Order: sequence, then C-alpha cells, then structure tokens
Amino acid sequence: MNTLLNILIDGLAYGMVLFVIAVGLSVTLGLMRFVNLSHGAFAMVGGYCAALLTREAQWSFWLAVPAAVLATALLGGLLEALVLRHLYRRKELEQVLFTIGLSFVLIATTNALVGPQVQMIPLPPLLSGSVDLGFRTLPAQRLLVIGAGCAVAALAAWTVSCTRFGIWLRAAVDHSGTASSLGIPIRTVQCASFAAGAALAGLGGILGAELMPLEPYYALKYLVLVLVVVSVGGMGSITGSLLAAVLLGVIETASKYLASEWGSLFFFVAMALLLAWRPNGLLKR
Amino acid sequence: MSALLELKSLDKRFGGLHVTRHVSFALQAGDRLALIGPNGAGKTTLVNQISGVLASDSGEIWLRGQNVTQLSQARRVRAGLARTFQITTLAPHIAVQRQIELALFEREEMTGRMWRSIDAYPALQAEAQGILIRFGLRAHAATATQDLAYGEQRLIEMALALALRPQVVLLDEPMAGVPKGDGERLLAALDSLPGDLAVLIIEHDMDLVFRFANRIVVLAEGAVLADGSPDDIRRDPKVRAAYLGN
Amino acid sequence: MNTMTTLTPVLAAAPGQAAAPRCAPAWRAPLGVLLVGMAACALMPDQLGLMTRIFITALFVLSLDLVVGVAGLATLGHAALFGMGAYAAGIFALQVHPDPLVGLAVGIAAGAGLAVLSGAFLLRFQGFTFLMLTVAISQILLSLAQKARHWTGGDDGLSGFVMGPLLGRFEFDLEGRVAALYALVVLAVLFYVARRIVDSPFGLAVRGIHENRARMAALGTPVFARLWVLYTVAGAMAGAAGALSAQTNAVVGMDSLSFALSAEALVMLILGGAGRLTGALIGATVFTVLHHTAASINPYHWLFVVGALLMLVVLVSPAKAWAWLRRRSGGAR
Repeated sequence: MNTLLNILIDGLAYGMVLFVIAVGLSVTLGLMRFVNLSHGAFAMVGGYCAALLTREAQWSFWLAVPAAVLATALLGGLLEALVLRHLYRRKELEQVLFTIGLSFVLIATTNALVGPQVQMIPLPPLLSGSVDLGFRTLPAQRLLVIGAGCAVAALAAWTVSCTRFGIWLRAAVDHSGTASSLGIPIRTVQCASFAAGAALAGLGGILGAELMPLEPYYALKYLVLVLVVVSVGGMGSITGSLLAAVLLGVIETASKYLASEWGSLFFFVAMALLLAWRPNGLLKR
Repeated sequence: MSALLELKSLDKRFGGLHVTRHVSFALQAGDRLALIGPNGAGKTTLVNQISGVLASDSGEIWLRGQNVTQLSQARRVRAGLARTFQITTLAPHIAVQRQIELALFEREEMTGRMWRSIDAYPALQAEAQGILIRFGLRAHAATATQDLAYGEQRLIEMALALALRPQVVLLDEPMAGVPKGDGERLLAALDSLPGDLAVLIIEHDMDLVFRFANRIVVLAEGAVLADGSPDDIRRDPKVRAAYLGN
Repeated sequence: MNTMTTLTPVLAAAPGQAAAPRCAPAWRAPLGVLLVGMAACALMPDQLGLMTRIFITALFVLSLDLVVGVAGLATLGHAALFGMGAYAAGIFALQVHPDPLVGLAVGIAAGAGLAVLSGAFLLRFQGFTFLMLTVAISQILLSLAQKARHWTGGDDGLSGFVMGPLLGRFEFDLEGRVAALYALVVLAVLFYVARRIVDSPFGLAVRGIHENRARMAALGTPVFARLWVLYTVAGAMAGAAGALSAQTNAVVGMDSLSFALSAEALVMLILGGAGRLTGALIGATVFTVLHHTAASINPYHWLFVVGALLMLVVLVSPAKAWAWLRRRSGGAR
C-alpha cells in the first residue's frame, strides 16, 4: 500500500515534469506543424540558468527561477523569429534534421561554456523538507512539482478557452490561412506561443532537475520521452499531453519500482499500444 | 442490359453534415454521364465513395455485376474502375513515361516483380510511348511531371486512368484550372474515349457538359435532383431553380 | 533491349528533344564500389579496420536509404534491425557454429524476420506516428536485450566467440585483410541487389508510393503489401550489416540497438543524399572518415561540427543541388 502510494506520487510528479516540458512542443507541433527536436534544449537552458543563478550569482531561488524561465522564453522567441520560422514550409525530415543539428550545437556550446558536470539546483529551505499531510508525509519538492504542473495545466486551459490570445491560437491551429485573412496576427501568435512553450520547457527542466539531471546531453537524452508524450497525447492537445504525461509517468515509475530489470520496456509498450489505439492522440478520433 | 456501375441508395454523413442522401443511379456501357450541381453539392464526395477512398455509411455499389461496397480502392481498380482527381495527383519527380509505364505494370499485375529492370519490358514501353503519342506528350517522356505545364499534367491524369483499360472511368473535373486555350488536347482526348467505356464526368463548364454528355444527373445538397437526357435537364424547372440560371 | 531507339527516328523529332528515360545497368555502380574499395584497401593496408567499418556502415545506411529515400518512410528505429542481425549472428557463432557465411545468413534472416513482424504493425501508420512507433519498437527491443543478459551479455556486451575461417579456408587475420574484403564483397553484392530492386517494376511502384500514395492506390497498387516487402528487404540488409559487424569485431554491444545509431545513420544518409543509393554510400564514407579523424578530439567538439553541418545541409540542401544538376544533364530517370 505504501509502495503504491509512493509510485502514484512519484509517478504523478514525474508525469507533471514531462507535461510541463512537453506542452510547449505539443502546441508548436499542432500550431506550426513544426517538428522542433531542439525543444529539449530549452528545458536544459532553463535548468542551467536557474542552477547558475542560484549557485554562482547567489540569487534567491524564488528570484532565479522566474528569471531563468524568462531567459528561456527570450531565447525561444529569438530563435523562432530569426531562424526557425523560415523552416515552417520545409519537409518534416528537414525540420527534424535541422533541429537535431541545433540541439547538437547547443549541447556542445553548453559544455564549452559550463563544462560537462551535472548541475544541481539548490532548493531553498522551504522546499527542502517534507510536508505533513496528515495521512503521510511528502517531500516538499514533489508537492511543488505536482502543484506547478496543475497550475500550468490550469493556466494553459484558461488561456486557450477564455482569452483572446487563446481564440487566436485555436483559430490558427485549425486553419492558419483563414485565420490570417480574418486579421489574426499569425506571426505574433506563432512567436508568442513558441516563446511560451520554451519558457514552460525551461520551467520543466528546473522542476525536474532531481529526476532528470542537468548535463550537456540533457537536450537529447530526454527528448524521446517528451516526443512520446506529445505523440500519445496528440499534437496541439494540451489536455491530451497532460493525460499522456501522467499516465506514462506513472507507468514508468511503477516499472522502476517493481520491475527495474526490464528497463523502460513497459513505458514503450504502453506508448506503442496507446498510439496504435489512438494514432491522432488520446482525445482525438 | 445489366449496368456496368450501379449505385444503390448511397448515404454518407460527416458528423452532422449529410453529404450524400440516398443517391441511386446506374451507368451502362457507352454512357457519357455528367454529374453536375452547385458547389458543395457533394459531387467529389460521391466519386470518392464510388472509387473507394471514402466508405459510405449505407447503400451499395455494384461494379460489373459484383458488389464492391466493401472492397478496397485497389480491388475496385482491378474490377475495372478508374478515376482521375480534381487536384492533380501525380508523382512529382517521376518521369512522364515512367508514370505511364507504372500504370501499365499495375494493370498487368507486374509490380510484384523485383528483379528485371523496368527497361526490360519492351512491349509495355512501346505501349507507354504509344499513349504518350496519342496525347501529344511524346516530347516530354523523360520530363518529371512536376515540370510540366498544368494542362499537360491534367492530360497525364487522364492518360493514367485510360492506361488501366477500365470499363468505368470517373473524371473529376478534368478541365479544372486549365486555361481556355490549353483545353484543346483535353477536349480531343475526351472525344476520343472508347465507345463502350462508361464515363462519369464531374464538370462545371455547361458548354462542355451539353456537348459531351448523353445523360445528366443533377446533385444538390447531396441528393439527386434530376436524372435524364440533356434536353430534359435543360427544360426541368427544378434544375433551373437550383442553379442553371437562365 | 534497345527496340525503343528504332521508334524515335519515325517521329519528327524536334531539335533537342529529350530521349526516353533509361536506367543505368545495375552492375555498374556496385562494380565501381568493389574496385574502389579494393584499391583503398591495397593503398592503405594499415587502415583496414577503418575500411571494414566504412563498408559495414555503408551497407547499413544503404538499407536505411531503401526505407527513407526510396519508400519515403522516415524512421528513427533502424538500429533495431541492425542490432537484431548482430546479436543473432553473434549468438549463433557462440552457441551453434562459428562459420561466417552461415552466420551471415542467420543475421540476414533475423533482420528480415524482425522487419516482417514489426512492419506488419508499423506500416499501418504514417508520418509522425510512424516515426514515433519506430522509436518505440527499437527501445522495446533494447529493453528486451538488456533483460535477456543470459543470451546477450547485457550491458557488458556479447563476446567470447571466435569466427571460423571464411569459406573454410581464409582465417580472419590480425591485420584485418580477410575481414575487410569479406565486408566489401558483401557490400558490393547487396548493393547490386538493391540496385536491381529499385530499378524493377516493384521499385518503381514503391517510388510511386513515396511520391504520391493516393495516385498509386488509384492505379490499383496494394500499397501495404509493397511497403511490407520493401521493409523486409531493408531489414535483411540491415541484418547483414549487423552480422558483419558482429563477425569482424567479435563483439556485439548494446549500442548496436541504440537510438543514437539510428539517428547517426539518418544523418549520414541525409548528408550524402537520400533516394539514389549512391548517396548513402558517400554519406557513410565521409561521415565515418570524419568521425575517425575527429575521434581523438573532445567528443563535444565533434558534436558541434556535426550539428553545424546538419543545419548547413538543411539550409543549403544538397538534394536540391543534385536535382538541379540532374535536370541540367537531361531529365529525370
């Protein structure tokens, strides 16, 4: 019973990290049909910024995290506006290869600038301990992650359904040609969504630094997991990504606890089955 | 005389949209049937159901006395049905002659052969060249199809369908997008179609329709509004009301 | 064969009229590869290990070209077929019989078998879904190989097998001459096979499926069946490459099933130019040589170079350059 609860909580936390990182990629894929395999690099950059700000520049955790997220957003926005937007019309394979190349370059640059060692993000005392929920105690960090994930999901859902930007976003995803002829500023929507996605990825990198250690190869190492969440959840579907991330996160954690000699087998079997059942995403037919 | 193609009460919905309402008609050998109707009437959707691209919700399709409703596209082609697409659907980088040869290889069920080179089939190559000559495309034998003028691409669409030697052919707006001047060869090709072929053509150009068709089916909002000879259709008040204008 | 040339004078040929498309004889390029390979081995007898690696990698990327370049199926799981062949050949040599040619046949069969099974599932999907599922299949295979450490040696790798003499006479020597020649001949032979398949009616149909699936379906092609056969052939070739790797290195590691191997092969293919078969060989050769010379340098610097190269290649695509060149020299194939 105790193990089950541990699995659920750790799995939920892991899933939330995956969700926060993946949601940006899902929206980008759904919106621009652009396969951005450098998305993992944003998570890495966010984590690295937070680590460097807290450790080297001695900033407070609560200041460093938003700053790092903002920095990642800026990087994402600039990248989109200057480079990536020119690739929107290219074939899928070309986008894949370009962004893989970009990831390689970012990995090498990170190593050149900061070195290959793992970056730790020291948590403030508030988050280092445990929280007593009455029926059990939880590490505060887990609670933060789960809470943050829920907050991101809620914020994303609210943005998409209740704000004008959200309406623009949905119109652009469904039909960018018509949307732009209706006066919706497509370029702004694209750039802003991309930057937002990058920012969220950065946040995910920070939140998940314990589970997914920050080192230069991070950009590619966890990319597969993020891609899995996006494809299973369905491109462009925020709720789908959440569902897929939590489901797969719990399955992966469960297999780590209960059947570790099998590695990630169950994760990928689950992924294959889910994709085969719903090729367009969990919530689409 | 048994019909070559028979549609029995075909019905299809896309969610709440009823795109095909109990459509029934039949084609005999030698028929030149024009399917006309306002935009959005469901003509291409109907053709997609006949050729097997879309599955109907209910109803039956009979081809040469065989119920093909459950058969795949490829099987229906084997049974004698061919079609062209409204939006030119060609392999962009493959040479024109190769594309015709491909249709011929498929017709002869030879695309399972993996060893002999495509150049080792002189009879098929000769037939492909003959088709190119008939359509006036001989000079472009080695050109990639994406490098051809649009009108010539439409010609290849038709050539591919006819290369299959079908009994029934569905032409989806063969003249679509072709400038008035370039349409000559396409019109000539239409006129020289085999006499015993059953042809269903979707067209918007009324001059062409009345010149070419010996039967007209008018589709409006997914349902058959009228079905008869060109004269009957011209005089039918319902059709006039629907869209023919004066 | 050239009955076509008698027809052309009959038609009033306009000046500069394009001739009918023709394929080059299938044996030409493979023979060229054989000769160049042998010359390279003769000229650089102390680099035979590198040569062997080039030949094996070239065969692997060639098999990938069939799937990606000819059939148009973007895959990031091709290493599964390679690794399957490698482990099958290695286990066979260790447990059953160390004859190299029989082991090669086993590797080919294993690669083909995996392709048949996974293809039956994978080919129902297209595009991004297909791509992700290829990753899933190869990761699943990797996990299974790690679990079955009794058979595969797990993370330590499979080793301890000694290959018998090739054709009963030629022992694998320490300098690597037999290994290099063995790999080269297998490469040349399978390249010939690949050429014939691509230039056959089957190959034309597969190319048609790549460029316009809807058109092929409208011509009556059994699309799934054709792709399945092609995938199986590619699997057989990848299995052959894996078997060669196992036999010439006398060791099989988990990296032969890795995502990195699949991605690297794809990079090599794109750099060399996909769809023409020769591009696969060029890409594999150039990349392997570059990697070899850069191996001593910090691996991160190598990553930077490859990354920059990739971005450059996409921006200034060699495919477009090739296509432009081809068009200048007289039409499509």
